[in-house]
Amino acid sequence: MKVKREVLAKLFLSTLYLSAFTFGGGYVIVTLLKKKFVDEYHWIEENEMLDLTAIAQSAPGAIAVNGAIVVGYKLAGLVGAVTAIIATIIPPFVIISLISVFYAAFRSNLLIGKMLEGMQAGVGAVIASVVYEMACGVFQSKSAASVTILIAAFTAACIFQINVVYIVLACGLIGVLRTWLHGKSGKGGQDT
Amino acid sequence: MSCLELFLSFLQIGLFSFGGGYAALPLIQGQIVTVHGWLGMSEFTDLITISQMTPGPIAINAATFVGIKIAGVPGALAATFGCILPSCVIVTLIARLYLRYQNLDALQSVLNSLRPAVVAMIASAGISILVSAFWGEGASVTLADTNWTLVAIFGVCVLLLRKFKMNPVWVMLLAGLLNAVLSYLS
Repeated sequence: MKVKREVLAKLFLSTLYLSAFTFGGGYVIVTLLKKKFVDEYHWIEENEMLDLTAIAQSAPGAIAVNGAIVVGYKLAGLVGAVTAIIATIIPPFVIISLISVFYAAFRSNLLIGKMLEGMQAGVGAVIASVVYEMACGVFQSKSAASVTILIAAFTAACIFQINVVYIVLACGLIGVLRTWLHGKSGKGGQDT
Repeated sequence: MSCLELFLSFLQIGLFSFGGGYAALPLIQGQIVTVHGWLGMSEFTDLITISQMTPGPIAINAATFVGIKIAGVPGALAATFGCILPSCVIVTLIARLYLRYQNLDALQSVLNSLRPAVVAMIASAGISILVSAFWGEGASVTLADTNWTLVAIFGVCVLLLRKFKMNPVWVMLLAGLLNAVLSYLS
């Protein structure tokens, strides 16, 4: 029991620390979780961590939160998962709460208003750059299905303003169908 | 009442954002700007800017920010809880299945079909951010109304990011400073 409490305490402190000081999104935090729990504490095996990371990335929701859940669950079951989630959301919750209190006063300041306006162009550029990289990945895969999905989803979202929830559902369904058909033909091949 | 709306709204964001990082962007925009009108487009862009410069996932940051604005700290808690609830249930279930059967192929292949759609939807959200920056909120998109300073800053930023691989946070801060200095000079 004492050992488990120690694991939980370490889990809480490490995820809290990582969440508070990791800039640059979920992929970074998952790498750092691996460094901490695989390389430093040796609590999780390398291969298993790779699969847990895959789960964190494929399931819906923020990767940082999902990463914390899989690691917490693996180490200490449901209690571990809850501990890791709480530690992960405390830092952003506190920081954004503080910022939002000052935001209105901030925004009405002329100079800061101009800064934020300029940063809108900067954010636009960052997103454009991310989209370019991701789209290159899709086109380089040379999969006709992927390219078709990309173009169809873009048309639906940008031109027809269709709610993105439906687009996600439709593409998820296509994914399930593809898996199912693939599985079927794979089995057929084995029979003959 | 507004707490419940916040909860349900962010529940959808948590449930349907696949792929991490910017993938939540189009969903957040759809829920809080288009469906509920809790934030305007430029406030939404400010939120993304703030998220980029602070730690934590965009969805959690958005939940806290919008929640506090609409219904104070209880609102922020309701929105954040809604946002993480789907993850908690789904990820725990998958982790449980995995630890028992150690097979993830089906999951991976569903994600492969979702990925191109996610790219397309992020692109679409990015376009609305740029339209709001270049032409102002709700204004008509005409050549005469274009904010050419911001277009130029955008160009510089793309160059810094693509050509010089500069850190995005620095690029954004630089964009803000440039615009402040230019408007001070003119």
